[in-house]
Amino acid sequence: MIARVHVTLKPGVLDPQGAAVRHSLGALGFDGVEKVRQGKVIELKLSETDVAKAEAQVNEMCEKLLANTVIENYTVEIL
Amino acid sequence: MRAAVIQFPGSNCDRDMAVALDKVSGHNKPTQIIWHKESGLPSGLDVIAIPGGFSFGDYLRCGAIAARSPIMRAVVDFANKGGYVLGVCNGFQVLTESGLLPGALMRNAGLKFVCKDTDLRVETSACEFTSGYKAGSTINVPIAHHDGNFNADTDTLKALNDQDRVAFRYVNNPNGSMEDIAGILSENRRVLGMMPHPERLNDPLLGGIDGNPLFESLANAMVSA
Repeated sequence: MIARVHVTLKPGVLDPQGAAVRHSLGALGFDGVEKVRQGKVIELKLSETDVAKAEAQVNEMCEKLLANTVIENYTVEIL
Repeated sequence: MRAAVIQFPGSNCDRDMAVALDKVSGHNKPTQIIWHKESGLPSGLDVIAIPGGFSFGDYLRCGAIAARSPIMRAVVDFANKGGYVLGVCNGFQVLTESGLLPGALMRNAGLKFVCKDTDLRVETSACEFTSGYKAGSTINVPIAHHDGNFNADTDTLKALNDQDRVAFRYVNNPNGSMEDIAGILSENRRVLGMMPHPERLNDPLLGGIDGNPLFESLANAMVSA
């Protein structure tokens, strides 16, 4: 089973990297990009076969390591 | 004072930190350097230092992997029992990631790695780390980091201010850090995390001695305790 974790900065947390990407897009002529927020995607291959259990495990992984919940939100997708 | 320095793969200020601690320890035993895979600490330690560097290549988030290494469980226990812990630069990031200090250190607002001497205002002398400085005085200490932009929610900032737990602020903010914060204390004032490097400034040959009072006051406190 594959789990996909999206980690994003919480709303309101400044994202200087996203701002730099937006600026660069503007320099390439892509007007109208109002905001860019950069995050990460983490894919996990799990031996667990039960979807609910897998989801619970991955949520715990996010809380303990994959996301820093002081500044980041996360979502878990089981594929 | 009996001190130890924790060493992770990618630590690069561990020996500088040990030299700074040796200089004030009051005995001839060298400061122990403890590898991250150790699960326990030697007994009788007064101070643990988490050095600067790029532990685990800054993978995932700066300090994130180091904060979950076996030795950090022992360091958290040590701190919870009232032990003194000093985290500098990457060490500060490890302390926030391990939950010993609040907030998080994010990418510098200017996106650049900043390596230069910076003026810091000593905000409090009411802890064993800063009692050798005069509150309100300015010291000059080098910084060298890519992720020193301190970020915390408004409640955390309020608590840090109300409880006099901001140890140092930048005079000219180099990294976008909230409220110019350069270093903070734990609630019991025995854990200090700071981005600037006092261990790099403890000998005139290194360009200055503004880092000395930090190590000296810590050592003096351990003698009288």
